[in-house]
Amino acid sequence: MRPFDYERATSLHDASERMSDAAAIIAGGTNLLDLMKIQVMTPSRLVDISRLDGLDRIDDHDGGLRIGALVTNTALATDPRVRAGWPVLSRAILAGASAQIRNKATTGGNLLQRTRCPYFYDTAMACNKRAPGTGCSAQGGSGRMLALLGTSEDCLAAHPSDMAVALAVLGASVEITAPSGELRTLPVTQLYTLPGNRPDIETDLKQGEIITAVVLPAPRPGTAQTYRKVRDRASYAFALVSVAAVVLMDGDTIAEASLAFGGIAPRPWTDGSVNALLAGAEASDESFARAAAQLVPDSAPHPETEFKRPLLRRTLIATLREATGLAGRVDTARSL
Amino acid sequence: MTEIFRMNEAQPRLLDEMRQGVVGKPLSRPEGPKKVTGTARYAAEDLPDGCVHGVLVRATISRGRVTGLDREAIRDMPGLIDVITDARLLRNPAQGMAGVAPCQPNGEVFYHGQPIALVVAESLETARDAAHRLPVHYEEIAFETDPEAAQDREDKDPETAGHFDATFAASSVTIDARYRTDAQAAAAMEPHAAIAQWSGETVLLRGSLQMLRFNRDELADSLGIDPERVRILSPFIGGGFGSKLGIGPEAVAAAIASEKIGRPVRVVMSRQTVFDTVLRRSETLQRVRLGADGDGRLRAISHDDLVSNLPGESFAEPVSQASQFLYGADGLSFSQTLARVSRTPSGSVRAPGEAVGMLALESAMDELAEKLGLCPVELRLRNIPETHPMTGQAYSVRRLADCLRTGAEQFGWARRGAPGAQVEGDWRIGMGVASAARKSALVQSAARVRLLGDRAVVETDMTDIGTGSYAILGQIAGEMLGLPVEKVDVRLGDTSFPGASGSGGSFGANSAGSAVFLAAKKIRAELAAQLGCAPGELALQDGIARGGNIERALTDLVSSEIVHEAEIAAGDTSKSHLSSGFGAHFAEVAVNVWTGEVRVRRMLGVMAMGRILNEKTSRSQALGGMIWGIGSALTEALEHDPRTGHIVTRDLANYHVPSHADVPGDMSVVFLEERDDMANPIQTKGIGELGISGAGAAVLNAIAHATGARVRDFPALPDRVIRAIEMAGV
Ligand SMILES: Cc1cc2nc3c(=O)[nH]c(=O)nc-3n(C[C@H](O)[C@H](O)[C@H](O)COP(=O)(O)OP(=O)(O)OC[C@H]3O[C@@H](n4cnc5c(N)ncnc54)[C@H](O)[C@@H]3O)c2cc1C
Repeated sequence: MRPFDYERATSLHDASERMSDAAAIIAGGTNLLDLMKIQVMTPSRLVDISRLDGLDRIDDHDGGLRIGALVTNTALATDPRVRAGWPVLSRAILAGASAQIRNKATTGGNLLQRTRCPYFYDTAMACNKRAPGTGCSAQGGSGRMLALLGTSEDCLAAHPSDMAVALAVLGASVEITAPSGELRTLPVTQLYTLPGNRPDIETDLKQGEIITAVVLPAPRPGTAQTYRKVRDRASYAFALVSVAAVVLMDGDTIAEASLAFGGIAPRPWTDGSVNALLAGAEASDESFARAAAQLVPDSAPHPETEFKRPLLRRTLIATLREATGLAGRVDTARSL
Repeated sequence: MTEIFRMNEAQPRLLDEMRQGVVGKPLSRPEGPKKVTGTARYAAEDLPDGCVHGVLVRATISRGRVTGLDREAIRDMPGLIDVITDARLLRNPAQGMAGVAPCQPNGEVFYHGQPIALVVAESLETARDAAHRLPVHYEEIAFETDPEAAQDREDKDPETAGHFDATFAASSVTIDARYRTDAQAAAAMEPHAAIAQWSGETVLLRGSLQMLRFNRDELADSLGIDPERVRILSPFIGGGFGSKLGIGPEAVAAAIASEKIGRPVRVVMSRQTVFDTVLRRSETLQRVRLGADGDGRLRAISHDDLVSNLPGESFAEPVSQASQFLYGADGLSFSQTLARVSRTPSGSVRAPGEAVGMLALESAMDELAEKLGLCPVELRLRNIPETHPMTGQAYSVRRLADCLRTGAEQFGWARRGAPGAQVEGDWRIGMGVASAARKSALVQSAARVRLLGDRAVVETDMTDIGTGSYAILGQIAGEMLGLPVEKVDVRLGDTSFPGASGSGGSFGANSAGSAVFLAAKKIRAELAAQLGCAPGELALQDGIARGGNIERALTDLVSSEIVHEAEIAAGDTSKSHLSSGFGAHFAEVAVNVWTGEVRVRRMLGVMAMGRILNEKTSRSQALGGMIWGIGSALTEALEHDPRTGHIVTRDLANYHVPSHADVPGDMSVVFLEERDDMANPIQTKGIGELGISGAGAAVLNAIAHATGARVRDFPALPDRVIRAIEMAGV
């Protein structure tokens, strides 16, 4: 581990002032400290925002919620308002990490956690994200945790957050405070940039900008919400594929459906054309299969992510079967 | 020198005649409170004054040689003390019971991740940073990382009995199936660690090691010194599972650095280094062929395998070990190919052989039962041989049939319907069974017991790797000497005590336990003589001795202390009889037909494994094994980079041991009463590895029953289940 200065910010403004290329914000530290120990991240200064006032509150806001950046994953997942109005968010958070980590992890930190690509984690391996211009050793390497969509020649990494997938499906936005004190908001889906030839740039955030809150729009009454995460063990593993769904039914017909996907792209993935296909469709395996065909690419960018194509298709169908109540009906459950 | 007692014939069941009543009881581990309050000091925790920190430098090529280290580049780092390269540094840990130094490559590189130097600094952080920054120059040569493509391979002569080919050809129903298992890691919670400290000519090593008697010789041989000059302390070990059987690179590097620098040196492997350099369980490719008559009697059994290791390592995962004695047939054949590849070397990991071999064998038995239209329990019952089909040995005592029958009844096996028939929404429910078998052994072992009035002390260099050695050795001594366990002080993990078997191969309790038993028996003989009665008339209980109408407190009888040492070794019975634990595993799973997710709903293990010395610690061992069985079946896989061979899943976030959510609440273990008279004088069998043997196969067979689709690539990760489901077209 490299030596670093530890500084406790006294205000947001103070925190912004202390930021530089060589500085990093520390919130819960559950991702940053791990990466510092293995020297994947080597900031020379840590600016601790975890004790700043007011960032750990969940407030009612325009019929929705304003969630402070320091609200812990546990506090957010267990908030009664969240559980009642946005259950998909609760479920997604609880599907991630472990209770101990969630107790410490924050809303802002969760959004900005780094990829779990094993080559990013190993400083002996070339990685354009960690060390721009060195190459991508995931190409031709071991690929189970890599992305299926939104990748580039230079980077195959997937974004690992579960929470972000739920926020994406709910149309949440991120509130960002600039060093000047100015606020701007971005939809969660626009917070992240695709890797292209600059995989080291992961978000739209400018130097000194701090995420101060996440804003949830008013809940959609009558919707069924679900988060389905398929992984290599029942708990405490990152998603191979995950699907967040918010579905409004009208009898046997889907009135509206909103889907977001995790584990398959450098950001929580959404595809408006898939939602559009489902709107007005009958809730049936055929409709779901059509939606899956629309979403799943014809080929995988890496031979070892090939398996994610059928897995994504099937998980999407399984999630919709669950959200629309089809899965419960034993007569249809036998047909694949 | 104490005379060695050899197990040449069955011994009386003395423990059953004792009065104290502590053997077998579900007593808690005496060191438990220390462990949960942080007062049990593990290897890395007892920092001597002036101790400095070493970090191993890892090779980042797969094969070749180190041509230079650019020490200059890091010379000015504050707090850096030294960069140590030494011809005595180890390539990898010693294999279990080697007793000599493992490969000392002297600059040659055999696998990506191999330790090649030690950086020493005043702080761990500086040492890590320096190890990370140190430029290393290499000369690379060609290598192979894929066991199935390797040219450098050794084909062992097949072991056979009868004529397999002919009997297989003559069988009316046959199975010929290939199975793959991914490599596994022991994944002990405590990373490998050592602190070395020299005083004069001798080195004291605090380590995390399973077999001290051997480790002392290995360390001495590695350093090129006399074993008398080495003392190892390893009182607490945070899990081993085979990964701490032999001396490791951390220990030898610490000793070399400490001698050179003149200060104590601590070397703790990072989690990633543990994955890089500690012996893993080899991946396997297995082919099982079974031939049977129409009525389900096996005529032919063959089990061939391909495993891998580094050049020069003698160990080859003994995949077909249990296949050679579990069932009988007219023709049997077992062959092995060992591929030499540049991957982290392989070694003994909990139940080497059975843990992966039985996944394949017991899957194949299930496939055969299916083909025969026979109940899988019944097929197993029909094929229990009279004698060892390969050697003709008698079985010491074997309750396999009882285990299968008891398990079937308690699990509700009769309710098991047709494959794929039980449906709950998108989930299919199924039940599976597998036999369990794990060879048991007796390894030379010595112990000293001191009786000091109404308390006793046990001393042996035996280790407790979290399994309960402290508990059971106290129980054996307490039982024999008529003392409650609180009055017995068990001292382990110090090479200055008599040398024991160590913990490995499930033989620790058999071996060290017998040595303690024999030493206590000698004390009993002396007490009997003092009372003037025959040893058989002596009764000891709660500190009171009775015999020949005399009753005296031990505190009166023992003026200062009575000390005896005893040593045991295997004898004729190990040749005439096969001693093995047997059992039966049952599992019920739910499989999501869309996503391929598998959830184990309940599990039952019925086991007969000799005398149970402690019902609680034995149960924990059995459960722990079954949980690893779930891991083998569903979650645990080391991934190797196809180009470099290095392990990509190098931490516990990416190497998936089962989480709590993978383990059902309904996990039960039933022990059937048993005494193994041929095994040792305390009539025990190995406990630690039977639980894992076969357990995963029960889960895999349950998946096949639930879905009607057979997964043959283990673990059955969701995508593999999906592939099987799509291929089977169910
Ligand atoms: C073993 C393990 C398993 C895990 N499994 C999962 C999983 O299954 N699913 C999942 O979603 N997550 C998982 N996680 C990740 C976990 O959710 C994140 O570590 C956590 O959410 C990060 O939050 P933090 O507050 O600790 O962030 P930190 O570690 O403090 O920060 C993370 C990053 O965000 C930056 N940052 C933090 N706050 C702000 C802010 N307000 N403004 C600007 N920048 C900021 C930091 O500079 C840093 O770069 C796992 C983590 C571990 C260690």
